[in-house]
Amino acid sequence: MNDKTLNQKGWLFVLPVVVLVAFNAVIPLMTVVNYSVQETFGDNLFFFEGVKWFQEVLHSERFHAALLRQLTFTGIILLIEIPLGVIIALAMPRKGFWVSVCLVLMALPLLIPWNVVGAMWNIFALPDIGLLGKTLNSLGLDYNFTRQPFSAWATLIAMDVWHWTSLVVLLAYAGLSSIPDAYYQAAKIDGASNWAVFRYIQLPKMNRVLTIAILLRFMDSFNIYTEPFVLTGGGPGNATTLLSIDLVKVALGQFDLGPAAAMSLIYFLIILLLSWIFYTVMSPKEGS
Amino acid sequence: MTLELKNVSKTVDGVPHIHPTSIALAEDGFNILLGTTLAGKTTLMQLMAGLERPTGGEVWFAGRNVTGIAVQKRNVSMVYQQFINYPNMSVYENIASPLRVARMKAAEIDRRVREISELLRLTPMLKRKPAELSGGQQQRTALARALVKDSDLILLDEPLANLDFKLREELREELPRLFSGRRCTVVYATTEPVEALLLGGHTAAMHEGAVTQFGPTGELYRDPADLQTARIFSEPPINTATALKQGRRIAINADIGWELPGAFTALPDGPLIVAIRPHHIRLVTGEERHRPDLSIIAGEIRIAEISGSESTVHFTFDEMTWISLSHGVHSLGVGTMADFAVDTGHCLYFTPEGRRLKP
Repeated sequence: MNDKTLNQKGWLFVLPVVVLVAFNAVIPLMTVVNYSVQETFGDNLFFFEGVKWFQEVLHSERFHAALLRQLTFTGIILLIEIPLGVIIALAMPRKGFWVSVCLVLMALPLLIPWNVVGAMWNIFALPDIGLLGKTLNSLGLDYNFTRQPFSAWATLIAMDVWHWTSLVVLLAYAGLSSIPDAYYQAAKIDGASNWAVFRYIQLPKMNRVLTIAILLRFMDSFNIYTEPFVLTGGGPGNATTLLSIDLVKVALGQFDLGPAAAMSLIYFLIILLLSWIFYTVMSPKEGS
Repeated sequence: MTLELKNVSKTVDGVPHIHPTSIALAEDGFNILLGTTLAGKTTLMQLMAGLERPTGGEVWFAGRNVTGIAVQKRNVSMVYQQFINYPNMSVYENIASPLRVARMKAAEIDRRVREISELLRLTPMLKRKPAELSGGQQQRTALARALVKDSDLILLDEPLANLDFKLREELREELPRLFSGRRCTVVYATTEPVEALLLGGHTAAMHEGAVTQFGPTGELYRDPADLQTARIFSEPPINTATALKQGRRIAINADIGWELPGAFTALPDGPLIVAIRPHHIRLVTGEERHRPDLSIIAGEIRIAEISGSESTVHFTFDEMTWISLSHGVHSLGVGTMADFAVDTGHCLYFTPEGRRLKP
């Protein structure tokens, strides 16, 4: 017992991490907490307001609308990217030369920065000169992402699917490659159908990586800012004003630091709560 | 019902994995495939099962040519080194799965699952998932799945290799009981000579994609037809040396030689290979080393390992490394000299090409 209390060297090893986390997470977060309970004026004048901003944000229709748009967006992209990623991973070759080709091709979109993806798709989808926009319009479809909410949403979703399905593919592929051949042989001997192999071998074995894929895609898509910002800046109207776009409009556009800080915290807690629910529901139950 | 390979071979991308092989497996007892990793045991099993199609030759089962018939139509089951069970099914469902695929009646499935789980002592675990079982229980579940459907051919590919020592011994003792009275051909692959000897039955010794010899296990051990089979069947490795036969005498070098047993003297003079199992070279101490009837080798100790009541000693003499296995605990310093006696009556003799020489 004495040895433990006397040995304080352990703190030295933990210190760098404590300092790092303090400066990049705890202190900024506490600053936001500080703003969220005060009214700010010029010349660094602060007045304590309590939970006023939280009440305001939670009751504002503008916030409700942005949250609804955000949940719809995240829901749609999860419903597309997860099954699509699994299907592509299942279709990829398991051995030989083409494995590396496929993996590199899959990894390429992940290497492109968000704003570049936004700019690329913006130009690609321009109705008068963009390859996609021009083609769609000459096919007789009325497509214009700067004017029609539907076009803007379709473009935004296509962009995200193009950019991030690869991540799900790579994770699912890693899960699939970890299944020993003997499982497939055993299933073949049993005379199991392709569906049974997927349902009883591949899916259970991919369970963990898919949990991670869903969590990552959920958090990332919930945080999405750059793509809608570059594409239409949240327009047309408020059609693609997702939570983070709305937040920046409040914080920087109107310089309402208090409500913006309260909104940030609510935003953060929503992500935390939903991630926790996802994880608890999805993670496999450990044996007792 | 027996399985017969007729000149079966397998070539992948121009590389021969299995050389033309012809064997007829025994109907009762284990058919053991013994060989090191990459000897072709697994490939040969896959050819037997129909998981792989042979490049040449035919596979016959119960008097019927089954070459090219898919595995699911052959009533085969297989157990692997890894514990292969469906991860999200209970033990009960795992055992029942082959019967469900075969569309058996629920009552019959239940009866069979309970019977087989009783036999494999899995009854208390039926509701658990495979991940909640010990390695031994997981492999028992895999065995139960293989046994429950009354296969004509059961293939066991190193089923005990991933188990802890104690569990391995326990399950190995049970294996003969599990398969006795079943009308099926059992093939068992292993890398361990001891395991082959303990399980008995018949053994096919394998080396680099070829069966060097097939026959009753004990016979293969005592009476190998060639040097490769003798090597496969010896643990620790068998000692070999080139020797010169002249009349009644055989000599490894100027110092070490002995009189051949009478019947061998008829063989032509010239070089041959002498092979001596490690337990036929024993450490001699005290007065015994001066006995004129013993062939004594003075060797320099390289490695000395004591496993309980036996001592394994690696020693060198005349630039050759030999292994001796002696009873008793002998503490020997590395680099020191010791005397070893060769049991000349138990040496095996081979031609320089590795064919066994018999009187």
